[in-house]
Amino acid sequence: MVTLRLARPAPVAHRRGWTLIGLMAAVAVAVVLSLSIGAQTLSPAEIWHALTAPDPSAPATAIIRELRLPRTILGVLAGLALGGAGALMQGHTRNPLADPGLLGISAGASFCVVIAIQYGVGSLTGYIWFAFAGALLASLAVFGVAAGARGGPTPVTLALAGVAMSALLSSFTQSLLLTDDASLNVFRFWVVGSISGRGSDVSAQVAPFIAIGLVLALVNAPALNALGLGEDVARALGQRILPARIVGVAAIVLLAGAATAACGPIIFLGLIVPHLARRLTGPDHRWLIPCSALAGAVLLLIADTLGRVVLRPAELQTGIVLAAVGAPFFIALVRRRAGAVTL
Amino acid sequence: MTSSTQLRPRGRLVLSAGRFTATISPRGVAIGLIGLVAVIAVAVVSIGYGSFTIAPGDVVATLLGGGTTAQKLIVLDLRLPRILVALLVGAALAVSGALTQTFARNPLASPDVLGVNRGASLGAVAVIVLGGSGAAGVPLAALGGALVTAAAVYLLAWRRGVDGYRLVLIGVGVGEIVNAGVSWFLIRAEIVDAARATIWLNGSVAGAEWAQARPLALALVVLLPLAVATAFTLQALQFGDDVARSLGVRLRWAQLAVVLTAVALAAAAVAAAGPIEFVALVVPQIALRLCGGSRPPLIVSAVLGALLVAGADLVARVALPGRELPVGLVTAILGAPYLLWLLIRTNRRNT
Repeated sequence: MVTLRLARPAPVAHRRGWTLIGLMAAVAVAVVLSLSIGAQTLSPAEIWHALTAPDPSAPATAIIRELRLPRTILGVLAGLALGGAGALMQGHTRNPLADPGLLGISAGASFCVVIAIQYGVGSLTGYIWFAFAGALLASLAVFGVAAGARGGPTPVTLALAGVAMSALLSSFTQSLLLTDDASLNVFRFWVVGSISGRGSDVSAQVAPFIAIGLVLALVNAPALNALGLGEDVARALGQRILPARIVGVAAIVLLAGAATAACGPIIFLGLIVPHLARRLTGPDHRWLIPCSALAGAVLLLIADTLGRVVLRPAELQTGIVLAAVGAPFFIALVRRRAGAVTL
Repeated sequence: MTSSTQLRPRGRLVLSAGRFTATISPRGVAIGLIGLVAVIAVAVVSIGYGSFTIAPGDVVATLLGGGTTAQKLIVLDLRLPRILVALLVGAALAVSGALTQTFARNPLASPDVLGVNRGASLGAVAVIVLGGSGAAGVPLAALGGALVTAAAVYLLAWRRGVDGYRLVLIGVGVGEIVNAGVSWFLIRAEIVDAARATIWLNGSVAGAEWAQARPLALALVVLLPLAVATAFTLQALQFGDDVARSLGVRLRWAQLAVVLTAVALAAAAVAAAGPIEFVALVVPQIALRLCGGSRPPLIVSAVLGALLVAGADLVARVALPGRELPVGLVTAILGAPYLLWLLIRTNRRNT
């Protein structure tokens, strides 16, 4: 049996259990806040009423059931997806700068959305399948290049192939936009990332992908722990490298692809959340992935709720709030810990 | 050390003078020289190409002081500054990227993780959207934005010294805030301004004049030797801060020198041509894969960066008749497939 000495003793198991429970409670609180706060603030009693005994004549019922509930559900789904995908991505590339967009997901999705806009697809629901297809194709290409490299899909080849593919695709996107102000006008709102204005059908469309992605992510966690020791050690421990990478990349693509398709690229969430979650759980991916997913949901909902309040009656896009609020928080956290940090 | 030959790294020549010793890789020298010839060829073709075509022989003659009055006007006053800006921007960004990647020990690091490009973008987009669209306003705003953001990143990362890892993470955080600012400006702008800002954000050397070329050239004359002078420090830094310290590197000053040089190079480039981020990210990795070794080579990176941007500028002018693509787009379209191909082909082990 190999014992690993960590630089900082890992939090004991029962504390991590409490962390998980605490994060679940935080998601519940964030859901209630997201349902109640907005242009018209609703009390918990009104929310409860609208959900359990809908009264078609009451305005609260319409607000909750038509607007805030779909939006909140999508927020939870996308947050879970991006948080989980971020932890996976940083684990597989062993790089703290890796975000789920690195596999070419956001660049691929953006490219296909611009094509969809130019071919006259007019609705957010219409973009979903284009975005998803773009994310899927781009990440397949990235993984194909990385796997084709001598030595297989190592962290460095994965990351570099992703960077190159993303740059290539966003150049194509930009060249399409340069000739076409009308498309730019639509695209600039999509690309910021938001969970508002999507009906409940959007959540229903992406939910199965996110569910499968989360299951795959959890299945991948033990293998990722072994891979974190380096490929040679992992191989010596009996870990099969390529299958583990394939499961991991599939999970990332399903999660981040679905979230990006539904909300636009809110990729930043997947970059910071794993760093926050790692503080709570330590480096064990069996805990890190679920905690990161839950923390993602909390953060996305809070950012979205704040976005409704700060510029009342106008709304600030979730992606912008997330960067404006999440990034200072992230900076403070990075500053607090002295010395070097490793993944 | 009794014999330096015992310690000689494979494929490298050792030069020593007194207490200073340097190793040189013949492969790197060869690639650098081939690159240099290619740079000159691209520059001559590029100067000759245009609505008034000039033969390569005449271009060289004019550059060396001959040529007719018309040729002098076209070559020296109109086309040379643009080519120079492209070459200098490419070299500056590539060296800046090589410095950052070695310092941060991370192939994903580019001057952008120090906030340079995003800070510059915020400055420029703010000026474009808020109105003051004067010719001098945008580059100055870009330069100011770049330097302020980079300073903020460095100060926020300071905690009894700067750790490369912390600097990069803080840079990512600050970069996201600044980026949100850019998005916000783009959303609240009139679509005309948003389109103009998008063009700037794609990076371009079109319309570059001596007014841009001169300060950039001056900056590089100072900064490139500084960058090369940090090479020993870089050699040590790549093994980690503790090893570097034990090798006798005065860590804080060394780090500050490397970061300052990288930031200044990238800021000079972005002020002249807008954010062509991809060069800084990809050229050092291409140079590393071509030359071998443990860290991106500085001089070869500079040559290849100049080649990539100048070549991209030529393609940008030739590709679509009657209209020019922004050079930043072409850079990625040329550079990305090449890096992908190198990744598949190279048998270097990257773990």
